[in-house]
Amino acid sequence: MSEVATGTFTPKPGGAPITQQVVAQALMEAKLMLRNGEQLLLAVVIPVMVLIGGVTAGNAIDLDLGSDRGLVDILTPGVLALAIMSTSFTSLAIATGFERRYGVIKRLGASPLPRTGLLAGKVLALGCVQLVQLFIIGGVGQVLGWTPAAGFGTVVAFFLAIAGGTLAFAALGLFVAGVLRAEATLAAANLIYLLLLAGGAVVLPLTAYGAYGDVARWLPSGALGEAVRTAFLDGAPAWRDVGVLLAWALLGSTLTARTFKWE
Amino acid sequence: MAYGDKTAVDGLTLSVAEGSITAVLGPNGAGKTTTLETCEGYRKPQQGTVRVLGLDPIADRKQLLPRIGVMLQGQGAWSGVRAMEMLKHISRLHAHPLDVDELAERLGLGECGRTPYRRLSGGQQQRLGLAMALVGRPELVFVDEPTAGMDPQGRRTTWELLRELRADGVTVVLTTHYLEEAEELADQVHIIDRGRMIASGSPLELTRGGATATVRLVVTKPFPPGARESLRKALGEDTEVTLLDERSMRVTGRADPTTLAKVSRWCEENDVLPESLTLGRRSLEDVFLDLTGEKLEHV
Repeated sequence: MSEVATGTFTPKPGGAPITQQVVAQALMEAKLMLRNGEQLLLAVVIPVMVLIGGVTAGNAIDLDLGSDRGLVDILTPGVLALAIMSTSFTSLAIATGFERRYGVIKRLGASPLPRTGLLAGKVLALGCVQLVQLFIIGGVGQVLGWTPAAGFGTVVAFFLAIAGGTLAFAALGLFVAGVLRAEATLAAANLIYLLLLAGGAVVLPLTAYGAYGDVARWLPSGALGEAVRTAFLDGAPAWRDVGVLLAWALLGSTLTARTFKWE
Repeated sequence: MAYGDKTAVDGLTLSVAEGSITAVLGPNGAGKTTTLETCEGYRKPQQGTVRVLGLDPIADRKQLLPRIGVMLQGQGAWSGVRAMEMLKHISRLHAHPLDVDELAERLGLGECGRTPYRRLSGGQQQRLGLAMALVGRPELVFVDEPTAGMDPQGRRTTWELLRELRADGVTVVLTTHYLEEAEELADQVHIIDRGRMIASGSPLELTRGGATATVRLVVTKPFPPGARESLRKALGEDTEVTLLDERSMRVTGRADPTTLAKVSRWCEENDVLPESLTLGRRSLEDVFLDLTGEKLEHV
C-alpha cells in the first residue's frame, strides 16, 4: 500500500463568516436564476411584453381605466408588481422544488451554511433579481413616458410594497414547493401566476375590475399591485395593502413552517 | 473519536479510530446509507446514541458540520450549475478551503470545469461530490459509495486520494458494496447485513483462515447431481466442500499439492472440465458468504 503524506489535506476545518456564506449563496442563486431561460422569460421578458403591449394597445383603443393619470403611469407600477410576484413566488417555488428534487438542499445541509443562512441567501437573491427587473422595466417605462411621483415618500412606499410583497409571495412559494413534488410545483406555480396575472388585479388597478375589485384587493396580488401603484402615483405608502401583504406573509410562513421538508 | 449507533433498522455498535479508513461493507439495502446519514445528522436515531467527534449530530449540528465532509450518493448540485462553479461555491462556505483548481486537477475534473452538472458523466459527478466533501478541509469525511459507477481508472485515482487523506490525518468512513475496495483500503471493515453488524475487524483478521487454504473450482457446465458429496468423499473427512452456485465450488482444507491433485483427479473421473482452479487464502467474499449465505456483487 503506497501512502504519501503530502499535507495537502491536513485538516483545517471551519465555516466562513456567516455574512460571506449568505452573500455567496445569494449570488449563486441569483446567477442561476438569471441564467435560466425559462426563469428569465418569467422575470423580465413577459413583464416587458405586457408593459409595451399594454401601453401600445391601450393607447390605440383609448383604454379608460377610470383615472386621470396616463396609461403608462398606471401600467408601469402594475408590471413592476407583476415582476416582483413572478420572482418571489413562481421562480422561487420552482427553483426550490427542483433543489429539493436534486438534493441541493440536502447537500447544503451538510455544509456550514445554516438553514437560516440559506433562507437569508434566498431572500437576498430575490432582491438582486428584483433590482435587475426594476432597472429594465423602469427603463422601458421611462422610454414609454412614465413619470413616477418624485421624492423620498415614493422610495419608502415602494420599498414597503416590495418588502411586503416579497415576504408574502416567498412564503407562499415555499409552501407550494414544500408540499408538492418538483413537477407539480412547476405546474402549480405557473398556473397560479397566470391566474393572478389575469384576475389578480396586479397589472390593472382594482377600478378596472368593477365589483370584483373589492374581492381582489384582499388577494396578495391585488394588494401588491395597489401598494406599488399608490407608491408611484401618490408617493405615499398604502398602509392597508401593506397590511394585507403582511397578513399573507404570516399565513404563508405559518403554513410553510408546518409543512416544509428540506429534503 | 467514537460513535455507537442504534439505527431504525436494528441495533449496531461501531466505533472509528482517528486517522484511519473504516469501511462499512454490505449488500444493497443493508443499511449502510442509513447508518451514515444518522452520523451526518440527517436522521434521528429512534434509540441509542450517536457521537461524532464527541458531538451529537443533531443537537450539536452547528458545531459539527464545519468539521465533517460529506459525499452523498449521487446528485447534490443544481442541474444548470457548472462543475467548478459548484465546487467554488461550496469552498466559499468554508473558512480555510483547499485550492479548488488544484483539487479539481487532482480529481481529473480540470476538463469538465465549465460543463453543467446535468451533462457530467456519472463518474465525473461522483468525483465532484468527493471534491465537495473535501474542499473544506474536514477532520472526518463520510463517503457513501465513492466509486460506484466509476471506471477502473477513476476508481484507482479515488483510492489513492483516500489513502492520501489518511496519511494527512483525515479520518475516512466509507460505505461500499465492493469487497475489493474494502480489502484494498480499509484499516477496519464492518460488515453489515439487514441493518445488523455481522463481523468487524481488519481485512487480515477477517480473512485469516489459519493453515487452511481455499481452492475455488469453476467448471464449464453445471455440476452433475451429487457432485458435492462425491468430491467430499474423494478428498477425505477434514475437508469442507461448499457449492457456491451451479458451476462453482469451494474447497477448504489443507494447503498442500495433494488437495489440488485430488480435485483434478475428481474432475477427470467425473468428466467435468474445469474453467478455472484457483488456490488462495480466504477473501472477504468467502467471509461474507460464510456469514450470510449470500453472495455480494462483484467489482
